[in-house]
Amino acid sequence: MSTQEHTVTYIHRDDIGARMGMWLFLFTELLLFGGMFILYSIYRFTYPDAFHLAAKELNTIIGAFNTAILLTSSLTMALSIAAIQRNQKSLSIFLQFITIVLALGFMVNKYFEWGAKFSHGIYPGSDVLLSKPAGEIIFFGLYYVMTGLHGIHVIIGIVLIAIMMRFTSKGIIKSDSYVKLETIGLYWHLVDIIWIFLFPLFYLIT
Amino acid sequence: MNETITVPTNGKHPSYLDYQGKHKGFLGWILSTDHKRIGILYLISILSFFLVGVTFGFLIRLELIAPGRTIVDPQTYNAFFTLHGVIMVFLFLIPAVPAIFGNFFLPILIGARDVSFPRLNLLSWYLYIIGGLLAILSIVAPGGAADTGWTFYIPYSVRTGTNVIYALFAAFVLGFSSILTGINFVTTVHRLRAPGMTWFKTPLSVWSIYSTAWVQVLVTPIIGITLLLVIIERTFNVGLFDPALGGDPVLFQHLFWIYSHPAVYIMILPAMGIVSEIIPVFARRTIFGYKFIALSSVAIAFFGSLVWAHHMFTAGMSDTGQFIFSLLTMIVSIPSAIKVFNWTATLYKGSIDLAPPLLYVLAFIFQFSIGGLTGVMLGVLSLDIMVHDTSFVVAHFHYVMFGGAGFGIFAALHYWLPKMFGRMYNIKVAKNTFWLVFIGFNLLYFPMFIMGWLGMPRRYYDYLPEFHIYHLLSTIGSWILILGILIMFSNFIAALIRGKKVNEKNIWGGETLEWTIETPPIHENFLEIPTVHDAPYEYKQNETDIRQFQEVK
Repeated sequence: MSTQEHTVTYIHRDDIGARMGMWLFLFTELLLFGGMFILYSIYRFTYPDAFHLAAKELNTIIGAFNTAILLTSSLTMALSIAAIQRNQKSLSIFLQFITIVLALGFMVNKYFEWGAKFSHGIYPGSDVLLSKPAGEIIFFGLYYVMTGLHGIHVIIGIVLIAIMMRFTSKGIIKSDSYVKLETIGLYWHLVDIIWIFLFPLFYLIT
Repeated sequence: MNETITVPTNGKHPSYLDYQGKHKGFLGWILSTDHKRIGILYLISILSFFLVGVTFGFLIRLELIAPGRTIVDPQTYNAFFTLHGVIMVFLFLIPAVPAIFGNFFLPILIGARDVSFPRLNLLSWYLYIIGGLLAILSIVAPGGAADTGWTFYIPYSVRTGTNVIYALFAAFVLGFSSILTGINFVTTVHRLRAPGMTWFKTPLSVWSIYSTAWVQVLVTPIIGITLLLVIIERTFNVGLFDPALGGDPVLFQHLFWIYSHPAVYIMILPAMGIVSEIIPVFARRTIFGYKFIALSSVAIAFFGSLVWAHHMFTAGMSDTGQFIFSLLTMIVSIPSAIKVFNWTATLYKGSIDLAPPLLYVLAFIFQFSIGGLTGVMLGVLSLDIMVHDTSFVVAHFHYVMFGGAGFGIFAALHYWLPKMFGRMYNIKVAKNTFWLVFIGFNLLYFPMFIMGWLGMPRRYYDYLPEFHIYHLLSTIGSWILILGILIMFSNFIAALIRGKKVNEKNIWGGETLEWTIETPPIHENFLEIPTVHDAPYEYKQNETDIRQFQEVK
């Protein structure tokens, strides 16, 4: 028996496939939120007056500020990809870091916003909320669930971008192989876009 | 996605069963990203859960053998049919064909070395296992097993004190696993087909797994969010569906069926692909109407996603809505019938070899036709209102799901297991067992049509004495069926331990790519990625090796 072995490296690299997989995944994310958007539109149709009143209790200024923060973070994310394409490693890492800082800023705002509601006794199952009309219970139910699930996506995004920072510094993501960063960027834009829809639905349409 | 292949110079390539990767032994299995090994992991875990589901089905039938209490109290009986449904739907039927045979054979059938995302593939299996463990937890955890039925209808599912949350979370995690598999397969079919394999040269099982993968990707997120919302509603008392808080329970039913009806096609479509694969091999004929079979898979996937509300004709819906959903339901029968006619046309004047895989396929066609035609009956509004929630419906969907998808899985096991393990089961035993399974199945479910028609409601613990004879026949049928299944599985296990070794590449004389590689396949599947020239199923006289291969530079 010959035990001689030689190793050939067979590299399966398919950037288009990786992007395609990510787009499919983003599509499932859209459908996931789509289920909740259906609930929102049907209940808005059922309880137009209650939704009108309840929406006035949300703080439009914090909401607008958070929208600006997320939009800016999408910009820094896109720039970090442009930077790595131009082989500017430390600039790319810096821009990813800024993206994380902005995302954390979003979450801090969210914390204070939710906290204010909680201190007024408006949270799921609370006596204050349950004494309100059915439409308002539904409105705040949807508000907490949809912004909460979006918040979880932001946290996942923060973790993923942190991993990408490490990959970039270790040289796994580099100017000729950056599909990982690109797909995470796509994910981050999706998180941004979902917020772009949540913001008018809850804060602006009163 | 970089991969290193070690090529021994003595020219002997180890099969995937003997291959030594980075990890050895047991770890080499549960940490392997090889699609074939993951397929085997799924094979073992899915069939184990199938036996658990069979056990609950057996217990349901045993309780119903006579009116009144027989073995358990009503609460336990409710738990039995809930667990039977949850396990059979989410842990067996939905993953079975794509995850076992899709994983093992999809890359081979399209001439690839692996799926597009091998690590994601392994993650899907772990999610499956976590989902399965959660389902088991819902049985054993304090509080009592879930008793809502597998449909988790609101408001009962937010009121009952049983372990609904574990069962819901199990289904949610399993949905995640299903989505990731779907994404993987869609990308794989798009990106990794061998040179020369155009869309209309891909084998038909690839078409059906591809269509299924799209359905998995497009509808599973809806059940994911719906079940998650019920979990949130139960945990935090958020008003979303509960009518006491202003919610709309019918909305839950819509969201539930938007997934769960297409899920029926997730179960049956891949099995149809297996039927299309097996018939030409054992009829020694080119498949009749290749393009129609291929495109009817896509049509079923498309129309099947638009018929969900036919589960809710009695739940309150506008007449227009009822009319549209009834019409769409009947439209689905057209592509299904196209397949059945093409299969029978393929058999016509074929040189038929009644090997075990073909026997199960013929039973599939017979039973699927009964299940499908009663499905059209149920789509008729006037009739549906009469037999809604009776055992007629139970018989209908068992004829489609078990008589169709389940028998498709049995056929695939008989067809591909020798290829997967390089061992042949006892064909004589397999043929005789088929008759046990076939007769047992029909004796179990056909009486349900009759008693449902006469008014026996489904899921009832007790019944009037006039239904006794049908329940008795049905229970006897369940014993014959289970006996058959146990003999079938023993036959497989015996084959794996001391079955006759098979070394020839083409065991059944098939024309698809899996029959051109070693038995059992080597770790890399193909040493050189093949170039495909001919369409699949091109049988020519006196020719065994049809496919032409060229080495790719």
